[in-house]
Formats: sequence, C-alpha cells, structure tokens
Amino acid sequence: MKKNNDNQIRKTSMGARASQRLGNTVVYVILAIVTVVWLFPFFGILLESFRVETRMQVSYLWPQQYGFDNYIRLFTETDFLIWFRNTGIMGVATAFFQTFFILSMSYTLSRLRFKGRKTLMNLMLILGMFPGFLTMILIYKVFADAGLTLNMAPVGLVIVYCASSGMGYYVSKGFFDTIPTTLDEAARVDGATRWDVFRKVIMPLSKPIIIYTILMGFMAPWGDFMLASYIIHENSQGMNVAVGMYEWLSKTNLNTHYTMFCAAGVVVAIPVTTVFLCLQKYYVEGVTGGAVKG
Amino acid sequence: MKKLNDLEYLKLNKSQRMTYNLGLFFCAIPGWFVHLFRVIEKGIKNCGIAIADEFSEIGRTFKQGNKAVKLSFFLFGVGNLFYGQTMRGLLFLLFELIFIAYMVIPSGGFHWLAKGNWFQVGATVGTEQGRFEYNEFYDTDVWVTGDDSVKVMLYGLLTILFIIAFVYTWRLQVKQCTICMDITSKGKKVKSGKDDLRSLLDDQFHKTMLALPLTGILFFTVLPIIYMVLVAFTSYDAAHDGYSNLFSWVGLEHFNELFNFGKGGLGLAFGEILSWTLMWSLFATFSNYFLGMFVAIMINKKGIQLKKFWRTVLVMTIAIPQFVSLLYVSKLFDSAGIIGKLISQIPAVAEYLNVNHYISLWDSPVVARVLVVVINIWIGIPYIMLMATGILMNIPQDLYESSRIDGANTFQQYTKITLPYMLFVTGPYLLTSFVGNLNNFNVIYLLSGGNPLNTEIGVAGGASVGHTDLLITWLFKMTLGSAESKYYMASLIGILIFVVVAVLSLIVYNVIPSTKNEEDYK
Repeated sequence: MKKNNDNQIRKTSMGARASQRLGNTVVYVILAIVTVVWLFPFFGILLESFRVETRMQVSYLWPQQYGFDNYIRLFTETDFLIWFRNTGIMGVATAFFQTFFILSMSYTLSRLRFKGRKTLMNLMLILGMFPGFLTMILIYKVFADAGLTLNMAPVGLVIVYCASSGMGYYVSKGFFDTIPTTLDEAARVDGATRWDVFRKVIMPLSKPIIIYTILMGFMAPWGDFMLASYIIHENSQGMNVAVGMYEWLSKTNLNTHYTMFCAAGVVVAIPVTTVFLCLQKYYVEGVTGGAVKG
Repeated sequence: MKKLNDLEYLKLNKSQRMTYNLGLFFCAIPGWFVHLFRVIEKGIKNCGIAIADEFSEIGRTFKQGNKAVKLSFFLFGVGNLFYGQTMRGLLFLLFELIFIAYMVIPSGGFHWLAKGNWFQVGATVGTEQGRFEYNEFYDTDVWVTGDDSVKVMLYGLLTILFIIAFVYTWRLQVKQCTICMDITSKGKKVKSGKDDLRSLLDDQFHKTMLALPLTGILFFTVLPIIYMVLVAFTSYDAAHDGYSNLFSWVGLEHFNELFNFGKGGLGLAFGEILSWTLMWSLFATFSNYFLGMFVAIMINKKGIQLKKFWRTVLVMTIAIPQFVSLLYVSKLFDSAGIIGKLISQIPAVAEYLNVNHYISLWDSPVVARVLVVVINIWIGIPYIMLMATGILMNIPQDLYESSRIDGANTFQQYTKITLPYMLFVTGPYLLTSFVGNLNNFNVIYLLSGGNPLNTEIGVAGGASVGHTDLLITWLFKMTLGSAESKYYMASLIGILIFVVVAVLSLIVYNVIPSTKNEEDYK
C-alpha cells in the first residue's frame, strides 16, 4: 500500500516537472513579448532621434539616414540647454527641501505623541482630497507680482513643489512606523533628548527611506508638466523640459520639431533613468512598504 | 432583513450567501446616514459646550486672577514678564504691537477688510474700479489704477487669519499667566527662557519639527483652498479679472448652473465627465492590478531565469519621465505614427474610420477611450509588479507545497492562495489607487488631451469637453488663463471633485480595517 502511494507521488511529481517545463516555456514567451512591448517605444524614440532624412513623423521605424543633426540642432538652435539646466537645478533643490519637509513631518507624526496629532492627520487627509492645482490660480497671481514667473520661474516652482510637500508623508511614515519604539525608549532612559533620538538613533537606521525621498524629489521636476505649465508659459528662459518640449508637438510645430523632440527625450531620459536605475532598490522598498501598509 | 446566525448562514449555498451579504450591505446604508447625522449632531453639541466652558473659564480667570493676570487681558505677556519669563513675555508683547500696528495703518487690516464687501451679494470685491481718465499733461486717456479684487480678497483673508491668530495668542498667554500664578502659589519655580529653548528639542520637539512644514502647508495649500472656495461665490473670470474689471459677490448663483442639463450646461457636462471618470478609474485600477499581478507571478515563478532583467525592463517606464514616454506613445498611435498606421490598415478598422470620417485612431471616442486604458496598462503594470513581488515573497511557501500534494493545479493555487492573500494585503492600496486614478492627470492629458471633442456638449464651464476628459483635465483647461477662463466654474468643479473623492474615501476608510488600528504595526 505504502509503496503504491510512493509511486503515485513520484509519478505526479514527474508529471509536474514536465508540466512545469512546459509552463516555463510559456512564461518565457510571454515575458519576451512583454519585453518587446515595453521597450518598443524607447527603442523607437532612440532610433527616430538619429533620423535625418526628414523632421516629420514617419510610419517606418528604421531611419534611412543616420546622423547627429537633431542633437546638434537641439543644442545650438533652441533653449533646450537652459531648460535642461533649470530642471536639473530644480531637481537638486527640490530633493533637498522636500526631503527635509517630508522627513520632519513623517517622523513627528509617526514617533512623537502630542495633542492634536490625530486631528492634524485627518485634516491633511481632507486637504488632500481637493484638486491641488486649483491653488495655482492664486499662487500664480502672487508669484507674478513677486517676479517669480519669468526668468525666476524655477525658484517659484521649487517653492511650489516643496512648500506643501509635508502632506506627502504617508510612505515615510509607514517606514518609521516599522522601527520598534523600544529603541527610542532605551535611548530616552539613557538620558537622550528627543532630538538626540531623532539624530543619533533613528536617522542612521533610515537610510533607505531618506534615499527614496531624495529620489522622488529629484524626479518630480523632470516629469512635472501640470504645475509647471501654470507658472511658466511665457518666458522660454525659465521653462523646465516638460513645458518647453510640449510645444514642439503642437500642430504647428510637429512637422519641424518631431525628431528633435525625440532627441531631447533621449537627452532627458539618460540622467533621470541612470539615477533611478542605480537607486532602484530603495524605490522598490518604498513602494512595497507604502503599499502594504496602506 | 432578517439576520441569520452562523449555523443558518453555513447552510446556504454560494449564491445564496452572496445575495445575503449584498442585502446586508444595502440594508446597512440608511444606518450609515443615521450614524453620520448623529456624529455631526454630537460634534456640534460638543463644540457648543466647549465654547461655553471656555467663556466661563475666561470669566473666572479674570475674577480670581491677581493684578498680573488682569493686566495680561489687555497687554500681552505682562503676566509672563511679572513671573520672570522675560523671553515669552517680550515675544507676546511684540506680537500684540505688530498686530495693532498692522490693523490701523492706512493700508492695513481694517482697510482691506472694509474694501472686501464680504458676502454682500451684488457688491464688488474692492471699491475702486480702475479706469481710463483724461489726463491734461499727456493730453490723452491714461489708466488710473483702482483696486485689484484678487488682492483685496487675498489680503482680507490674510487679515482674518491674523485676527484668529491674535485671539488664539491672547487666550494662550492668559492661560500661561494663570498657570504661572498657580505654580508660584505652590512655591515652585516657573520655567525660564532657557528651559523653553531646551524643551523645544525634547518635550516640545514636535513643535520644532512641524513648524516649517505646517507653515508651508498653511500658506500654499490651506489658504489658497479657502480662497478658491470663496471664488465659487464670486464672478471671477477672464472678463472680470479683478484688475481691469472688479469681480463681485454673486452668492449661490453659479450653483444653479449645476442643474442646467441643456447643451453646454454644466449639469450635463459634469454628469457625462463624471461617469467616464468613474469608468476610467475602474478599468484603469483593475486592469493594472490583475495584469500587474499576473506579470509579477510569472517573473517570480520558480525556475525562471533573469528575474532582475525582466524587472528592470518593466521599471523603465517608471524611470523615464512620463511626459517623454506618454507624448511619444501618443504620437505612435497617431495617423502618421508607426502603430497607428499599422492598425489603420486592418480592413475592419480602416472601414470604421472611413465611415465615420475619422483621420486617426484618436478621433474616435470609443477607440480613444480604449487606447488610454490600454496605454495606461503599459504605464501602470510596473508599479503593481514591484509591489506584488514584495508581497509574493511573503506568502508562506508550504501553502503551495501542501496544496500541490493535495492535487491543486497552478490555476487553483492562484485563485485559492495567491489571490486571496494579495487582496487581503493590498486591499487598501487597491482602493486608494482607485481614488488616485480619478485624478490621473498625466496619462489623459499627455495622451489624448481629453480629445476627441464631445460635440453634443460643446463648451461647458469655459472649457471644451472631450470624450476622454477626466474631471481633473477639464478643470485644468478651465483655468489655463485663456480668454474664456471661468475661474468661478473651476472652483465650483473643484468643490464637486472634493465631494466625490471625499465620499469615496469615506467609504474606503470605513470598509478597510487596517487604516483604523495604526498602532498595531508596532
């Protein structure tokens, strides 16, 4: 009886192995298709950026003539370099200030207990339900008066990105929530102030979330079109890449600027993607941590 | 509806159980409303009691207090100075002086408050209309600057905020003074300025940490939002921009527009766009969720090589700025784009486009809607994949082992183990991402720009309405600063979006248990 049973198990496991091999082949095929679909646009934009025979949109993939014309035109005939520099500066500044705001907010809400903490969190939850960019109508007016919309627009935008960034505390609060409170208590017993606990106990443990927050802050100005288009729509010198390049695909510019858009897209994608892929590990930790805790 | 006990419930078959649960759900809805009203009623009552208490407390303080306390009712910080808290006392005093100075100077607080004509229906915001007037010196009409309604309202709001801060500070320092009195009468020493500073890094550390972020939120979120809510009650639009033409208070007039269901009516447009927004959100959330999970399961399957490579490929869409990838993809599907051309050559599609006189795929309402959902899958799967990967690794492997021995196939394992576990863990995420998709500006605006236009509605609320427009993109178009911009409509729609999101979130946060017991994670 027992032998019989063993045989059966062996048989099923052999069958399972065969079906597993078949299953794996199917999975590889699907993953290959996914890879092609996912990379096709990036591959396409790279190829089209080197196309020189026409500046218009075409319905074939491989360029008939290769060259660096689009890149040369991009750097010599347009303000692209200025936009690129603006966005880069904004990225660094936003990363710095936003990290500061978000960390102090989330740390306080997560690890300190004080009167009105729950009310504060509920209030911010409610505030977050308003479509945030409605505030831009007023902010634009005020910034226009203060001279923060033309050449100085990057400064204005950094203020916009950072000023209320404390409201995006959820992910890092989730992280701080997972650090055991016994650590704080031990330090407090040893005579550390709350400031000491923050500086010497928790911060050294929080490298992943700090890097995650910096990464998010750095990426924000590169991808932002909505808020930027409110602040900068007149002055080319103060634009970020998104607002500047958006115009190139408008009906009037499309036929002369399309390949240049592709070239600019490649130039923009390189630094951002490099930074992102290098720090991918921390990003994944942030996303998973935040999601699981809701 | 009759409530069943456990035994009776277990006797039911699957479909009966489902109807029973659904019935329970709908029967509970009236209860929620009753509960809501009770909560509101209780809140108002408590608020009233608290205010009454506060006033009687203030009266008692004045009666029982010594001279210092009494004096501090009029001169801020005197009490603190009297008890030796020099730093606090001086700060309070300085605050009072600044406040009074600000209120009475010629173009100060009272000036702005008086100019606002607050909430008087028909009255303008600001009193002096800017105008062209004949000037002898130049012998021509020159512009005489009047009030700017936007500024009048803004400074009025700031003044009100300042007054609230003033009242709060007044109460605070009176309270502190009484506490000092109590402490000294017991023979103890009050805190010195040095103690105060030190406690900012210890007992009061939260104040230090929150000061800057909360100031930022107050001035860049709270204040503008209050301002925008007020705008809904005015006639602020491109023609009445406040500078060249004052705008005025109109009361609830614009809210009537909501019930206008004719062509170009706000009610019709809002209903149409809201229904598509909800539909979009539903499709976008669930298609991403299930497909993303599917991809994650495949990548994490035992025996699959190059896991890191597959993951990196997908993560590329997160890494590359969306405006580059989305704009490019939208052009790919255009009539001249590679994929768009390819699809248009399929006979059935070509026929469909021809019959309806569409040039590109983006011109067809149905196809455009399908396209944005499909392309959103391309954008959204990687996020879910990363998240699901983390969770899949946490599922105990012995569950799979034992189920395999029991003869379960892969599909059964998926539906009985993986899916329930995932749903349990990611429930909150699923619902918040639904709410997030309601406001998914980038995908819609960069892909289709809200087009094709909805000719049955035309222009509503000062912006054209398209078939793929979400509430948020419609709102964006309203506020772009063109000649048709109607800011009051925008703020009205903003309020409505708030209501929609708030109602959905309320349901979400009531249904999901994990948001309630925050302390459980520790």
